[in-house]
Amino acid sequence: MNTNKNEAEKLPEDVELLLPWHAAGTLSRRDAARVEAALANDNELASRYEMVREELGEAIRLNETLGAPSARAMQDLFAKIDAEPARKPKASFNLGAWLTDFVTGFQPRTLAYGATAAALAIVLQAGILAGVFVKDGSVGFSTVSITTNAENALVAVRFNPQASAADLNQFLSDNKASIVGGPDSAGSFKLRLADRSLSDSELSAVLKRMSASPVVGFAAKAN
Amino acid sequence: MSANPATSDEILIGRIANGDRLAMQVLFARHHVRVFRFTLRLVRNEATAEDLISEVFLDVWRQAGKFEGRSAVSTWLLSIARFKALSVLRRKPEHELDEETAEAIEDTSDTPDVTLEKKQQADVIRKCLSGLSADHREIVDLVYYHEKSVEEVAEIVGIPEATVKTRMFYARKKLAELLKAQGIERGWP
Repeated sequence: MNTNKNEAEKLPEDVELLLPWHAAGTLSRRDAARVEAALANDNELASRYEMVREELGEAIRLNETLGAPSARAMQDLFAKIDAEPARKPKASFNLGAWLTDFVTGFQPRTLAYGATAAALAIVLQAGILAGVFVKDGSVGFSTVSITTNAENALVAVRFNPQASAADLNQFLSDNKASIVGGPDSAGSFKLRLADRSLSDSELSAVLKRMSASPVVGFAAKAN
Repeated sequence: MSANPATSDEILIGRIANGDRLAMQVLFARHHVRVFRFTLRLVRNEATAEDLISEVFLDVWRQAGKFEGRSAVSTWLLSIARFKALSVLRRKPEHELDEETAEAIEDTSDTPDVTLEKKQQADVIRKCLSGLSADHREIVDLVYYHEKSVEEVAEIVGIPEATVKTRMFYARKKLAELLKAQGIERGWP
């Protein structure tokens, strides 16, 4: 009982520690929601938050009065760079950088990370499939395509922009899904869930599970 | 269409790693003012801060190929800047830095007496922010001005995340004490 009471007493303290980051907008969505809830229920905390906001504003103003460096800084930098030994461009192809470069040219900026990671997942999956074909000794022309157009086996998913490539791989693995298309103009990817047609209840359960994942922003049955 | 700044920073770093001077110019133009201000608040001398930012970006030029993207480029830049600023501070006598303080930090208030007469709380807050210790100034700037998360501050300063939160709390508490000494009672702590 005492432990619970102590923990209950500690909670506002922790929330109070987070006020500066809440004011600056750099908290995670979960922490921000926690602080918002505490502010709504605690007038004292809310008045302290106003102090934080005041400090934030003045800290920004103070820093903005510091001016900027003269052109000398840039001249010095490039004089030093010129004095550096000539550098050979890297021979290896940076796939991640290329994909990021490529995808950001087409996607809204908020989708850049998610789309890049998803595109990377497609390439990795394609690589694995190609590897399987080679291992099996398949020869001639092969097309990696949706071999099963079973009804209820395809879903459209828009990934959370903050999701990393590792998050996406884990998500695909957990759901035994593979990316077979996308992104479309809305940033959605088409995922294949199984090689057989799923019942409506099965599909509904999968979509519910996917929608609850922090990796996913939106999931629906694919058209 | 504009790209996500964090993403395009990483693209620039990739190009810089391949010796692209134009990418270096873009990255410098994008970040040098903030790096300068962060450094200036630490070393409190404009000429030294200017010298340091060219050193910071030269490190970026040299180390770009090793950047793994585990943190934002801006966080990486501030980490390098902090390391270089602290190296300078270790070499410089303390009294020299103190003498330079008044030159480096623009004091937007008048004399303390006039400030009190004017009751301009904002001016006094800025003056008190300048009066914080180096550790407290640093964390306040990183959180409020450079918009760094708890995790990013921990990475830049090299302290645990829990310490980041408590240091910020104590910085604010010290600020409140300085304000109180200037006649501004905010009822906290």
